[in-house]
Amino acid sequence: MSERKFPPSVTKSHYLFIQNPALVIGSSILAFIILVSLVGPVISRHATTEQHILKRLQGPSLTYLFGTDQYGRDLLSRTLLGGRTSLILGLGAVALGLVLGIPIGLITGYFKGRTDEIVMRFMDILLSFPSLLMALLIITALGASLSHAILAIGIANCPGIARIVRSATLSVRNEEFVFAAEARGESHFYIMASEIFPNILPPTIIEGTIRIGFAMLIGASLSFLGLGVQPPHADWGLMIRDSREYLFLSPWPLICPGIALAVTIIGFNLFGDGLRDMVGGSE
Amino acid sequence: MVCATWSGGANDGGQLFAFQESVGGTVNSTLLEIRNLSVHFESRRGKVQALRDLSLKIGPEETLGIAGESGSGKSTLAYAIMRYLSANGRITKGEILFMGESLLDKDQNELRKIRGNRIAMVYQDPKSSLNPSKRIGHQIAEVFQIHQSFSRKEAWDRALGLLSLVNIPDPAFHAEKYPHQLSGGMQQRVVIAMALSCGPNLLIMDEPTTGLDVTTQARIIELIGDLKRRAKASILYITHDLSVIAQVSDRVGILYAGELVEVGVAEQVFHSPIHPYTVGLLAALPRIEVEKQFKPIRGKLPDLTNIPSNCIFSPRCDHGDETCTNQSAQLQEVEEDHFVKCLRSKEAFTSQASEAQSLPFRKGNPSGQPMLVTDHLKKYYSETNYIGKWLGFPIPEVKAVDDVSFHIRQGEVFALVGESGCGKTTLGRVITRLLKPTAGKVSFYKRRPSGQEIFGTDEFRRSVQIVFQHPDSSLNPMKKIGTIIERPLKLLGFSRPERSKNARELLELVKLDPAYLERYPKHLSGGEKQRVAIARAFASDPEFIVFDEPVSALDVSIQASIITLLMELRASRDLSFLFISHDLSLVRHIADRIGVMYLGKLCELGPVGKIFQHPYHPYTRALLSSIPVPDPSISREAIRLEGSVPSPRNPPLGCCFHTRCPDKLGQICEETSSPLILVDEDHWVACHISLEELQKATISGRIEIK
Repeated sequence: MSERKFPPSVTKSHYLFIQNPALVIGSSILAFIILVSLVGPVISRHATTEQHILKRLQGPSLTYLFGTDQYGRDLLSRTLLGGRTSLILGLGAVALGLVLGIPIGLITGYFKGRTDEIVMRFMDILLSFPSLLMALLIITALGASLSHAILAIGIANCPGIARIVRSATLSVRNEEFVFAAEARGESHFYIMASEIFPNILPPTIIEGTIRIGFAMLIGASLSFLGLGVQPPHADWGLMIRDSREYLFLSPWPLICPGIALAVTIIGFNLFGDGLRDMVGGSE
Repeated sequence: MVCATWSGGANDGGQLFAFQESVGGTVNSTLLEIRNLSVHFESRRGKVQALRDLSLKIGPEETLGIAGESGSGKSTLAYAIMRYLSANGRITKGEILFMGESLLDKDQNELRKIRGNRIAMVYQDPKSSLNPSKRIGHQIAEVFQIHQSFSRKEAWDRALGLLSLVNIPDPAFHAEKYPHQLSGGMQQRVVIAMALSCGPNLLIMDEPTTGLDVTTQARIIELIGDLKRRAKASILYITHDLSVIAQVSDRVGILYAGELVEVGVAEQVFHSPIHPYTVGLLAALPRIEVEKQFKPIRGKLPDLTNIPSNCIFSPRCDHGDETCTNQSAQLQEVEEDHFVKCLRSKEAFTSQASEAQSLPFRKGNPSGQPMLVTDHLKKYYSETNYIGKWLGFPIPEVKAVDDVSFHIRQGEVFALVGESGCGKTTLGRVITRLLKPTAGKVSFYKRRPSGQEIFGTDEFRRSVQIVFQHPDSSLNPMKKIGTIIERPLKLLGFSRPERSKNARELLELVKLDPAYLERYPKHLSGGEKQRVAIARAFASDPEFIVFDEPVSALDVSIQASIITLLMELRASRDLSFLFISHDLSLVRHIADRIGVMYLGKLCELGPVGKIFQHPYHPYTRALLSSIPVPDPSISREAIRLEGSVPSPRNPPLGCCFHTRCPDKLGQICEETSSPLILVDEDHWVACHISLEELQKATISGRIEIK
C-alpha cells in the first residue's frame, strides 16, 4: 500500500493522462454532459415548450444561442433537456439489462450443465434478433413511451450482458478460492454472490458502460421512428426526426441534437475503453 | 552474415554437425562477454533495477548454467542479450560483447541477422514457440529457405535431419504433424531443432524443461548433453532448478536479486559453495539420495526499486557482521575460475551446511486405523454435449480416475505421486467431495476414540480440508486476509470477538504477522499467500487435509519453510495428510507411504522407504531414475520411456502402462490389466511380471559416482 511514485516532473493527473488518455477524455466529456444536462435546463432563459412562432428556424443569435426550431422553441434548452432524457434512457436501459443479465449469467456460468445449455440457447435466440428490431417488437406490443423504451432496450441488452457475465463467471468458477469455498461447505448463493460476483464486477461494469452509448443510440432511433419519447418532450432522436423536413431551411435543429448525441456516445465509449485499459493494466 | 552450412546426408544426424566453420576469424577463448551490465524497468512503483553490474563470460562450446529464484533477473539477462527487452526496460550501463563485437551498438537490421543465425533462443513454453497452423517439418524447412535460400526439397531434407538430431523417432512421419499432435517433450525437441537450424554459436535456453514431466525432462537433459558434444554451440542455460543445472552445465552462475553472487566451475559451486546464498539454496533443496534436513532461507527478496548500498543478501544472511551492513560486496576470485560476491568469503561457511541432520518430521504409525478408505473409486469426465447425447452419439469419456482403492491411516502422511494428467488432482478433489465420483465410494472415519464413519456433509466439511496449488488463485483477490480467515470460523458459529481472536491465532500459527489481517492478497508474496491458505484450512480444526501440490509454485528457499511448517503442524495436532505432488525428492522426505499413479490407476503402493529403495513397478523405476540430482559428479542414466502418455480418453487395454513399458512381457500385458498384488509387507504393485523378476530388477543406472 505504498504511495505510488511518479517521475518528479510529472504530476499525478498528467501521468494518468499519459497512461490512459481515453479514460481522461471520456470522463471529462461525460462529466461535462451530465453536469450540463442536470444544471442547464434549470438555469436556461427559455422554457423548452415556449413557442415563438415568429422566430421559427432562426440561426444562432445572442437571444437563442443555438437558434430555434420549427415552432420557434429555444434549441439550446431543448438540447440540454433532451440530454437528460437520453441519459435516463441509456442508464435506465443498461441498468435493467444488468439486473436481468447478471443473475442469468452468474447462474448459468456457475451451474453449467443442462441449465446453462437451455438458458443460453434461449439467449442465443434473443441475440439473433438485431437489438433495434427486438426493441421495436416490444414497443409495438406495449405501446410507445419513455418507460416502455427503457424496458424494451433493457431486455434487448440482457442476452449480451448475460453472455459476458457467464464467460467471466466460467473463468472465476475454476479459481481455487471457489473450490475452497465449496470445501468449507458454503451455499451456492454465497459462492455466487460473495466469492464470484465481486470478481466479475470489473468486466461487467466496463461492458455496461460501453453499452450505455449504444442504448442511447437505439433510444434515439426509437424516438426518431416515433416509438420512443413522445412530443412535446425534448429528446435528441425526436428532435432529429422533427427537424428533417426543415433541413434546407435551417440545419441547426438537426445539427445541435446530432452533435450532442454523437459526443455523448463517444464519451461513454472512450470512458469504457479507458476503464478496460485501467483494469487490464493493473493486473 | 554467413550461416554455417551443413554437410552430410539428411537423415544422418551424427554427421550433420560436421559443418564448415564459415564465420570469420575471431577464435578466442570467449564467445560472449558481458561487462558490468545493468538493466532497469520503468514501472508505476518506480525503477525496478532488475540487473545490476553483472559480468560474465561464456567460452566456445561451453555450457553456462544460470540459476536463480523468481525475481532474480535471470530471464531479463536472456532478453538483454537478445536485445529483446520490453519497451519499459533499458540497459543503463555495461557492454555485451559477442564474438568480439558489441551487441549494444548494433541496429535492428544487424541484430535481426544475429538472432536466429548466431544466437538462438529456446523458451519455456514450446506451444507458444511453434506456429499451431503449420506442420512442424515445414516450420523448420522454412528457416532454411528464408535464411539460406535452399530449394524446397533440400530444405525439407535438412529439416528431417534436424529432427533426427534431436532424437525424434521416425522424422519423416513426425515432420508431417502439427504441433498439437505432439507431446510437450516432442514439441520442445522441435523448438530446439529450430533453434539449431542455422548452426548458432550461442544457444540461450530459458527454463526449457520447466513445464515438462520428470521423465520427459530427463530425456531433454540427455539431449542437451548430446548436443553439447555434437552441435559445437555454447549454451546459456537459465533455470530455477539447481538439479537440472548440475546435470547440464560446465560452469554455473548463481543469480540473486539481479546480482551474480557466485560463479565457477560446476563441481566447485556444488561441492564447495562459498556464498551464503548458494549454500542456503543447496541446503533448501530436498535430496533424494540423502535424508538430510532441508532448511529454508529466512526473509524475502529485497524490493528491487530501492536497492541498498550494502551487500544485497545481508538481511537474509546468517553469517554477516557489521561490514556486511555497511559495505557493498564485489565479485572476487577465491580460487581459479571461482568468483564470489561476499565480503566474508574467506571464512568457510560450508562446514555448517554439511552437518547431516536427520529429519524430525516422520512419525508414521503403520498400525494406525484407516481414516480414509476409497473403494473402487472412479471418476469419468464426459463432455457436456447435450445435443450429441440427444442424438445418441457416443460421447467419449475421460477416465481421470479409474478404479482406485487404497486407504490412509490415522496420523499418516500419504503421498500421491505421478506426472501431469495422471489423475492425482482429480482423485484429491473426489476425496474432498468437491467432485462426485462416477462409481465407487469414499468413506471417512472420525479420529479416535469413536472411529465412526462420517456421513453428514457439515461434519465432513469441518473434518476434511484442502489446500491448493496456486497461491494466486486460492485467495479471493477482492477480500481482506482477515475476512478470508474469519469466514470458516463464521460458518462454525463463532461470535465476532472470538473470530478475530482466532484469526490472529491462526496467523501466528502459520508464522505471519497479525497486521496482515488488514491486507489484501495482492500485497502478499506467493509463500505468504500459501500460508494464509493453510491458516484458512486449519480454521475449522480439521482432522484430515489434502494438499494439492502446495509448494510446486514456490521458490526452493520458501518451499522448505512451508514444508517445515506443515510437518510441525501435523506433529503437534496429530493430523493425517494426503500430499499430492510430482516432486519425488520432496515426497521422500515427508511421506510415510506413497501411491504412484499412472493414467488414472495406482500402479504401486507402499511405505516410502521400501519404494525408494526398491521400486517394483517398471513405471516407478523409470520415474525414480529420471529425477535429476543436484550434484554434477553424480550422473545416472534415466530409464527411457518411449512414446508419450496415451490419452485418458482412450486408455490402452490391459495394463495401462504397456505402450511405454520397457519390460513388457507380451500379450498378457496388452489384454488383461493387473490388480494390485501384495509383494511385501504393506507394499503392493500392479504388474504381470513375476515377483522374482521384479525383485531382481533395480533402477538400471542406479546412482553411480564418476
